[in-house]
Amino acid sequence: MAHHVLEMPVGEDTVRPLRVGDMVTLEKTLFGIRDATLIAMFDRAARTRLDLKGHAALHTAPNVKAVEPSAENPARYAPICVGTTTSMRMERFTRPLMEREGVRIIVGKGGMGAQSLAAFGEFGGVYLAVVGGAAALETTWVEAIEDVDFEELNPECLWKFRIRGFGPLLVTMDSHGGSLHRDVNAAAESRRDEVLARIGALK
Amino acid sequence: MRINANEIEELSATLYVRALKLLPGDIKQGFERLVREETDATGRAVLGTMVENIAIAERTKNILCQDTGIPIYNVTIGRNVIFDGAAMTEAIRRGCARATREAPLRSSVVHPITRKNEQTSCGARIPIVNFDFSEHNETVEIEMIPKGSGSENGSFLQMLIPADGASAIKRFVIDRVIECGGRVCPPTIVGVGIGGTSDLCMHLAKVAATRPLGTECADPEGAKIESELSQAVNELGIGPQGLGGRSTAFRVHVEVAATHITMNPVAVNIQCHSARRARVVITPGGMAFA
Repeated sequence: MAHHVLEMPVGEDTVRPLRVGDMVTLEKTLFGIRDATLIAMFDRAARTRLDLKGHAALHTAPNVKAVEPSAENPARYAPICVGTTTSMRMERFTRPLMEREGVRIIVGKGGMGAQSLAAFGEFGGVYLAVVGGAAALETTWVEAIEDVDFEELNPECLWKFRIRGFGPLLVTMDSHGGSLHRDVNAAAESRRDEVLARIGALK
Repeated sequence: MRINANEIEELSATLYVRALKLLPGDIKQGFERLVREETDATGRAVLGTMVENIAIAERTKNILCQDTGIPIYNVTIGRNVIFDGAAMTEAIRRGCARATREAPLRSSVVHPITRKNEQTSCGARIPIVNFDFSEHNETVEIEMIPKGSGSENGSFLQMLIPADGASAIKRFVIDRVIECGGRVCPPTIVGVGIGGTSDLCMHLAKVAATRPLGTECADPEGAKIESELSQAVNELGIGPQGLGGRSTAFRVHVEVAATHITMNPVAVNIQCHSARRARVVITPGGMAFA
């Protein structure tokens, strides 16, 4: 189990060697996306002016505070609480995010499904698992909001965060077909009958 | 005792922020128990991060989770209390919007069809305000629950039939917990409603999911199912965040209502590990947060 520090953005050659069980800490830049952002981008053909190529996208909608523009807060927003939302709702957007926008890493919670796993294999991507609900901790890894697009969708804008030491995060899906989420779910399924039998509820 | 609407507005704002920042003592104790019992290395690491987050939220005075939830206010009115229910509901709504503006908090509430966010944490019929009554003389209790959506999306209702029996109720709960996996932010409190009508059954599941740890179902048959299922869900190996381990749930809670001779309804509503609640008790002597 290796620990990788990735200064974003990264190329395919950096992400391909990552395997389920590795730890990753992200540095420099992280984008925040969410249901409404993705619906706008891919169902309503909205195009962003931000360059996501080689970057990591975090499933989030942060708590922010509107502030006067400054060197520290160029996008006129200061982060208050940046956490992670359930990824699975955004399953059908992983492929277009990678294919059209060049996103290489998805950061989320709860894991994703077969479509995302196939996209990671095809384009060379991974899924990094944040501990959901631990947003006060996660916020200490976010330095500033550098830019924001689709502001009308607030809080579900496309956010560009400046980060420092974002992690360590566990690789739970890789580009070689590995998925800890699939394995844990399969194990739970395989225990189901035994567990039900013990409480007299198999039939 | 007479209830003043301005005071209720102030309290409703305070309760929302308190709930988002301070995890109740019973949930913290629940974490201590899970940490002691967890044997899986990943599970232990994930629980450790959750416990660390609780301390960081307190130290940095930040909210625990970015999900400010759907605001729910449970108001319990005791005997000999004079109040204007309509004014009270309006005051709660104003307090909820004020907390959102002044903290500030992310407004997580949108119109269900247009998806428009009013940036107030309010909307049609939101915040949810439930009124109930108690025997306590000159006492009003307000409980605020910011219900997180990751776990709320783990909600299910099945109108089983009498021939399915109680075993189908248990099977339904186990199957839904497996289906949810890590998406509902385990370790969870699995709320189960048994009986009633479809809407009451679903409401009971929410009551169960938001009941403090260490409390037991008042119905002995419900309590029996509660302890059976509490053990069973933690044998599935889903673990904290669904990454493997013992700690899938703090506990399964069951609430029961009588039902129709033709019916056997069961509902599941899940509460995430950030099981946030804040409560205030108002009496003629003053008020106390709990």
